[in-house]
Amino acid sequence: MNLHEYQGKELLSSFGVRIQRGLVAQNAEEAVAKAKQLTEDTGTGWHVIKAQVHAGGRGKGGGVKLAKNLDEVKDIAGQIIGMDLVTPQTSAEGKRVHQVLVAEDVYYPGDSEPNEFYMSVLLNRSNGRNMIMYSTEGGMDIEEVAEKTPHLIFTEEIDPATGILPFQARRVAFNLGLSGMAFKEMTKFVTALYTAYDKSDASLFEINPVLKTSDDKIMAVDAKVTLDDNALYRHKDLAELRDLREESPIEVEAGELGLNYVDLDGNVGCMVNGAGLAMATMDLIKQAGGEPANFLDVGGTADAARVEAAFRIILKDPNVKAILINIFGGIVRCDRVAQGVVDAYKNMGDAIQVPIIVRLQGTNADIAKELIDNSGLDVLSATEFQEAADKVQQVLS
Amino acid sequence: MSVLVNKDSKIIVQGFTGSEGTFHAGQMIDYGTNVVGGVTPGKGGQTHLDKPVFNTVKEAVDKVGADTTIIFVPPAFAGDAIMEAADAGIKVIITITEGIPVADMIKASDYIKDKDCRLIGPNCPGVITPGEAKVGIMPGFVFKQGKVGIVSKSGTLTYEAADQVVKQGLGITTAIGIGGDPIIGTTTKEAVELLINDPETEAVVMIGEIGGQLEADAANWYKESGSKKPVVGFIAGETAPAGRTMGHAGAIVGGSDDTAQAKKKIMRECGIHVVDSPAEIGKKVAEVLG
Repeated sequence: MNLHEYQGKELLSSFGVRIQRGLVAQNAEEAVAKAKQLTEDTGTGWHVIKAQVHAGGRGKGGGVKLAKNLDEVKDIAGQIIGMDLVTPQTSAEGKRVHQVLVAEDVYYPGDSEPNEFYMSVLLNRSNGRNMIMYSTEGGMDIEEVAEKTPHLIFTEEIDPATGILPFQARRVAFNLGLSGMAFKEMTKFVTALYTAYDKSDASLFEINPVLKTSDDKIMAVDAKVTLDDNALYRHKDLAELRDLREESPIEVEAGELGLNYVDLDGNVGCMVNGAGLAMATMDLIKQAGGEPANFLDVGGTADAARVEAAFRIILKDPNVKAILINIFGGIVRCDRVAQGVVDAYKNMGDAIQVPIIVRLQGTNADIAKELIDNSGLDVLSATEFQEAADKVQQVLS
Repeated sequence: MSVLVNKDSKIIVQGFTGSEGTFHAGQMIDYGTNVVGGVTPGKGGQTHLDKPVFNTVKEAVDKVGADTTIIFVPPAFAGDAIMEAADAGIKVIITITEGIPVADMIKASDYIKDKDCRLIGPNCPGVITPGEAKVGIMPGFVFKQGKVGIVSKSGTLTYEAADQVVKQGLGITTAIGIGGDPIIGTTTKEAVELLINDPETEAVVMIGEIGGQLEADAANWYKESGSKKPVVGFIAGETAPAGRTMGHAGAIVGGSDDTAQAKKKIMRECGIHVVDSPAEIGKKVAEVLG
């Protein structure tokens, strides 16, 4: 589950990580009120208005702007709220902005130059340990840094038995070239950051940039926070931060029905049991000349109610020209699935206007094929994987 | 010969009396698997499916000599179940449970790393040595005895591959479902290595998916091993969009090196017979075995 920047920052702050302070606003008037409040609280003169959507690269799309007075706060917040923000990480249509974060200006002049760093905490899949990845090159696209100047990226592996150790925090601060007050601040920052990650069952923290201010404070200016869905049961307070507006409505609906669904751009819908077979089926659709319209894992039970729910989800996509059902029956009996398909088809009447190809293999596959073939429905049956692909090709041409 | 499990394995079921544990333990026993008992804390002393129930894994090891376990306990308690099994001296720990928090798996894998045991999974279909032991949730009848080993991250795709291999008139030595989570006990490389070193296995099918480096590691190991045993590979998820989790928690493209295309390229360079179509796994195995 992803958090908004403002939610992520609140989480960090609750663990003692210094953040660029801000207040969230739903409209331009509220933004002005929050800007006044923030000036009272922090003394900031200027304000940064930041679109709150689940996508990176917001600045590039015009979703982050500096306001030098309250009139500008109002204008900019008015422009950003309600816009469809297009960034390198969104679709071409962009993402609707429902709220902005009104944040303090932290790039004020002072005794030293402000300096930006990059820092993330994530799982190193190759050894099953968390690591802190950091770089002197803050505020930039980290993939680009990794490609062009990999020697400027450092990592610190964390032993799960000990957590982050003081010498590791010092090493981070040294590698970032810090000294004096900023050095101490960084050791505190990185220690608190890792603690926050650990205690909140996060799967990704990305802080870009981490800022050293002109008066040598270290703070998180942005926060991308992803939480481990499997651990949300023990963080009820964090689970409530989920913003359904940021997710595809069709995926949310599928999730409520217990279907694992990912919306894609293609023309052939698919319904499969098992994630690996579902991906393989998508690949096969492509090789048969189609494009997969979705990923859909119906899971271990594929009865009539579930098949019907899956049909309704797939058919919400107007681009779907055919549907391929691919079930490998193990514990699930194919004849039950076949009966589910027949019942769902009959229940839905005219709602199904596209050809259906059903491939059932495994337990009771023969009975299932007979059931489909004798149903009188406009359903093509197959038993072999390749046969299913051929039939997809046939209906598309 | 076979790897990991055979007719002599003394198998217990953790989460024995729960609905999943009961159903699948029943199927395993029907298959002829040597299930010697089960563990459900608080139900020790009872009998379930005609087998003894123990309060702790240690008790099962002491009283019936258990050396292998299959874990069905719910996600919140599964990490603990793995550590209990390792502590009790179980040698092969097969974890079916899906949805274990990553932090729990970090802790469990750290705990067991110096113990004399092997973890398979979690979030996997288990391991089957046809005709000897089914320690998992796979449909037993699909897997016929033979000389092809299978390693796979996915459940139903394993069944698909086994079915295709069997329909070519071949069979399976051992099929190992390693699981689709970001942290798993036995990697693709380790599972492939087990099968390559198994004298009865004449060819290996290696099925992977997008995300992570496991297949690349396995391919590089295979090349360096100089093994002459053919390996047939498939990677699912060529059409999966970057940055989206495709069902399995670990199935997510994070960069340019964990896409299906990148993995297949490395595998080909390392001498693995890669098929682009999941419908051609069986055919390719028959071809390489001549």
